[in-house]
Amino acid sequence: MKNLGIIFRRELVGYFATPLAYVFIVIFLITNGIFTFDIGGFYLRGQADLLPFFSFHPWLYLFMVPAIAMTLWADERKTGTIELLLTLPIKLSEAVLGKFLAAWVLTGIALTLTFPIWLTVNYLGDPDNGVILAAYIGSWFMAGGLLAIGSCMSACTKNSVIAFILTVSICFTFVIMGSPILLNALPAWLPQFIVDAFAALGFLTHFDSISKGVLDIRDFLYFTVFIAAWLLASAIVIEIKKAN
Amino acid sequence: MIEISHLTKKFDQFTALDDLSFNVAEGEVLGFLGPNGAGKSTTMKVITGFLSPSAGSVTVDGFDITQNSIEAKALIGYLPEGAPSYGDMTTLEFLNFIAEIRGYRGEEILARVQHVIKEVELESVEQQTIETLSKGFKRRVGLAQAIMHDPKVLILDEPTDGLDPNQKHHVRELIKNLAKDKIVVISTHILEEVTAVCTRAIIIDEGIIVADGTPAELEEKSMYHHAISVRLTQDYDLASDLQGVSGIGGVVKENEENSFTILASNNDSIFAKVSEIAQKKQWPVTEFHVNRGQLEDVFRSVTSQSQGGE
Repeated sequence: MKNLGIIFRRELVGYFATPLAYVFIVIFLITNGIFTFDIGGFYLRGQADLLPFFSFHPWLYLFMVPAIAMTLWADERKTGTIELLLTLPIKLSEAVLGKFLAAWVLTGIALTLTFPIWLTVNYLGDPDNGVILAAYIGSWFMAGGLLAIGSCMSACTKNSVIAFILTVSICFTFVIMGSPILLNALPAWLPQFIVDAFAALGFLTHFDSISKGVLDIRDFLYFTVFIAAWLLASAIVIEIKKAN
Repeated sequence: MIEISHLTKKFDQFTALDDLSFNVAEGEVLGFLGPNGAGKSTTMKVITGFLSPSAGSVTVDGFDITQNSIEAKALIGYLPEGAPSYGDMTTLEFLNFIAEIRGYRGEEILARVQHVIKEVELESVEQQTIETLSKGFKRRVGLAQAIMHDPKVLILDEPTDGLDPNQKHHVRELIKNLAKDKIVVISTHILEEVTAVCTRAIIIDEGIIVADGTPAELEEKSMYHHAISVRLTQDYDLASDLQGVSGIGGVVKENEENSFTILASNNDSIFAKVSEIAQKKQWPVTEFHVNRGQLEDVFRSVTSQSQGGE
């Protein structure tokens, strides 16, 4: 796994060598601000917590994360560098994981740079910082889940725009799966355990409990397994599709 | 030693490589020729482990490319078609990355990178991002990464495509120097390149080997082997003078004015006979030389049957 670190570093440095990382971070921070203060009513609520901040993350990620993920493999295929990369003495898993981790760390950096809002809430009141930390970690794991979907979709096509649209669609499905809108739309004759299973697969179900400070190992396990499954799918798709 | 045995590669219904078998030994520079779509690049992609074969096997120094792919890939330096590289990196960053992946650490990285930069003359563009480089420089960056770890096996897909004549010459010299104790496989469209650098040439067509030999052996298969080109100052009926002379396969009038090619019927030299007749009959000759045979002609004759048949 020594090559994992080398690939990870190359990818991460690559993000910062182009304007991509900066644009991503700046837009992420601005949109976060708008969502939290204008739409989320951060001040009006009069509560010392970051719930309005975190509750918009799933929707923010829905467009931001596919934008980073779309180039992961699509560009490698388009420029032919996939042939270079996969004929180097590395394992496919190292390449898939290295690229994913670099993109995930980029979202982590963007997320960390929202710290002024944490300072603000600590200045204004006395929030439960444990809950906030948990929510940050939960948010980061959710971004990872969406990125893993994006990695797989990006492996499916040479065209990064198609990868983007596919990723947004699938991410949207997973985000709303646990939401009442979708659950209420399910036919009433469905047995309860199927409805529950459906809800359990959704991102919101898990993220909501984490962001409220309920640290359940099962929620993290859900995201970890989710990421692993989509990365495995990425590797399989790359293996099948690299010929064309 | 590369051993390729019964290699078959299918894409859905299309058979790109059909039961290909050949070995390449140390010190050989193998030129891989064939029309577009004949399977040259596919063969190279399978040898380097990018594509997995549908049937058959490839071993590099005893390592099977599918079973021991990491060990096999470590022995190979590969320049893919079009010399792809990461455009947003500088030449130096890119080569550092390759050196690290190839297992060099610390000081060694610097030494290796400096060595290959010198070898392919990239000093002037070290700090430029690769996407801003000219086609020739990009190709050289691709070559530099391929020779980074001084590989035992060097596989180059159209290494001189898009280079100017000076750069072509330079790359050929480079290949010749590298070749001493290595295996080099290059694919090319340029037939003169085969004569210039290769010790052996394989022509493939529709996934099948149609010719295999040294460039000289292949030239012998040409109908122009031993043929004599003659250029005269005025029109003259050479054919009637040569009628009935044994060993003469015929006289072909060339496009150029007053130029003829006298073909040899079997593989023997007809130089002595023809020059004797020319002196006796006092042909108005300005040019007179013997052909070695043309690879282009062999290439066309062995690859055109299948195309004509369809």
